[in-house]
Amino acid sequence: MGISAAVLALGLSLTACGTTEDGDGGGSDAACDLKLAFFGPETGDAAGLGKPIIQGAQLAVDQYNKDAKCKVGLEKKDSQGSPDAAPALATDVVSDESIIGVVGPAFSGESAAAGPIFAEEGVPTITPSATNPTLADNGWATFHRALGNDATQGPAAAKYIKDTIKAKTVYVIDDASEYGAGLAGIVKKDLGGAVSGTDTIQQKQTDFSATVTKVTDKNPDAVFFGGYYAEATLLIGQLRDGGFKGTFVVADGVKDPAFLDAKKAAEGTIITCPCIPDTDPAVADFAKAYEAEFGEAPGTYAAESYDAANVFLAGIKDGIDDRKDMLEFVNDYDEKGITKQLKFDDKGEPADVHVYAYTVKDGAIVPVGEIK
Amino acid sequence: MNLNFEFFFNNLPELTITGLAFGAIYALIALGYTMVYGVLQLINFAHSEVFMYGTFATLWVVMAFNAADANGIQLVLILIAALIASMAMSAAIALILERVAYRPLIKRKAPRLIALISAIGASFVLAELMGLRDRVASWVHLDDNLSDYVRKAKINNSMAGVLEKPRYDVFGVSISLIDIIVIVAAVAMMVLLDQFVRRSRLGKGIRATAQDPETASLMGVNPTRTIQMTFLIGGLMAGVAGFLYMLKLDATNYQVGFLLGVKAFTAAVLGGIGNLRGALLGGLVLGVAENWGQAILGSEWRDVIAFVLLVLILLVRPTGLLGESLGKARA
Repeated sequence: MGISAAVLALGLSLTACGTTEDGDGGGSDAACDLKLAFFGPETGDAAGLGKPIIQGAQLAVDQYNKDAKCKVGLEKKDSQGSPDAAPALATDVVSDESIIGVVGPAFSGESAAAGPIFAEEGVPTITPSATNPTLADNGWATFHRALGNDATQGPAAAKYIKDTIKAKTVYVIDDASEYGAGLAGIVKKDLGGAVSGTDTIQQKQTDFSATVTKVTDKNPDAVFFGGYYAEATLLIGQLRDGGFKGTFVVADGVKDPAFLDAKKAAEGTIITCPCIPDTDPAVADFAKAYEAEFGEAPGTYAAESYDAANVFLAGIKDGIDDRKDMLEFVNDYDEKGITKQLKFDDKGEPADVHVYAYTVKDGAIVPVGEIK
Repeated sequence: MNLNFEFFFNNLPELTITGLAFGAIYALIALGYTMVYGVLQLINFAHSEVFMYGTFATLWVVMAFNAADANGIQLVLILIAALIASMAMSAAIALILERVAYRPLIKRKAPRLIALISAIGASFVLAELMGLRDRVASWVHLDDNLSDYVRKAKINNSMAGVLEKPRYDVFGVSISLIDIIVIVAAVAMMVLLDQFVRRSRLGKGIRATAQDPETASLMGVNPTRTIQMTFLIGGLMAGVAGFLYMLKLDATNYQVGFLLGVKAFTAAVLGGIGNLRGALLGGLVLGVAENWGQAILGSEWRDVIAFVLLVLILLVRPTGLLGESLGKARA
């Protein structure tokens, strides 16, 4: 799949370099009957991670529509986070000409499956949450990412484990997913000799007895788990029951309130995330508006999703009404978003990246600070 | 692939005990498959959902009585109530299954394949109903009152923090009390059931029906009632399994039945389908083999180990380890 995707994307990038003229700018010229699409889980196991992303984009669209003559729609394409469902759904998106940009795909696995289709048809995408580094290496001209990838998150997690937790021995576990295995691999490489053992679990597995025995046998200072909250919640509970006393370190896939179901076992867990804390002054206005609209504090990647949607909305405001111009607009974009300076390099990666550490304290996920 | 024998031998007792504990849960679920197969020669694929409903019954009782704040005798009473609720829920689901998905087909003498399809369909319906329980509750406008029970329908629902899970060092081996409770309780239930089927009038009826349904009915055994009782017993055992599963793992979700169901079915075939003692042996062997295999090869090999073991044993002994049917079990 990788090779054909690269060939398709190459053809596309040639056509994408055609014209340079934009709309004349100004809100009055804004195009009508355009839609953005959210691509990611609305239902299914990972629905908890999808919700803030949907709401962040929804807030951006609602705010835009408030003073716009022509309303922009937000179409939700529910992938349930499954790579299997992604290609058909992507085909569905590209066949709807009125969809001018996609916020998503939310996860790395589905991004890998849907990416070639978007690239072939030239539908610009900005993912607010997919962090697997290899996604940017496929040569998809349409791919953009509004947050740091695991190549920055992984080293940041490793740095935190070494410098802040001061762990001498670390056990690394992953869930064999595109996201989890990729991230765990980077962390493992960065930790080098401090890694005292590794294990791979399976998604949807519920009993981790053997893994727990492996960890307690080594008695490491820290365990790093690359994976999602569904397994992390069970894993940490069983690790603690098994007598593991060290620090549990996880990444953005676990930063969800559902992880707190592990109750006491979750306390003290370190969660790294290239997502800005909702307490950061830069996102204060956004957080207030979000809470007023949805009755809850912005969840993980809500602000990044808001930024991603706003890039497209700025383009629509400038009068852009087709995908080709939109792609160019996004490629040339260089404005301050609420989470970071939004500018993409030629692979679609953001130029400005921050990774933050969070911890679980008294039954809540609270920010610790940026990992520098 | 590196084989980690050093770790395996150093931790053999602990790996064996945790393997036995999960194997015991497999075995209790496997009973439902094996009994129904013994009587009807039919694989009740929806049995995994019977178990899953039991885990939720346990969870809901624990939440309803606020077990997190209880301790001592109060906690024990709540857990007993949870066990009874789990058994009642699973038994009810099993009986409904028999009534709705099987009895009409058996009455019309439908081919076995049709019953199998019906079972798979029922399995999906039951699982998805649980997954959509928040919507179901909203149809009857109870979603506000029941929000704690139906919320987060699509992810793990947890009773973490309710139980302290003490560990003891016995001759340098760290053993969890819960694992021991699970193993002892499961084996005790199996022994009870085995004796019941061997000695009681109903048990004899079940065995007679398994041997020869027509002759059994001529001898005054009511086949419909016997089949119903078989489902009931299978459901009760799945309820115990659901309760023990929650004790051990704390969390469940609506899809939890699938993998466990496949494994329990494997355990039943491994031990010899239709054979009660075979189900126990198959479950324990499977649980331990999985744990040992994971220790040596890595946890990602878990399912490979389980099914390779199944194929190997069936190649040597096509009828399974104990290979004797329910009907032929000696009184």
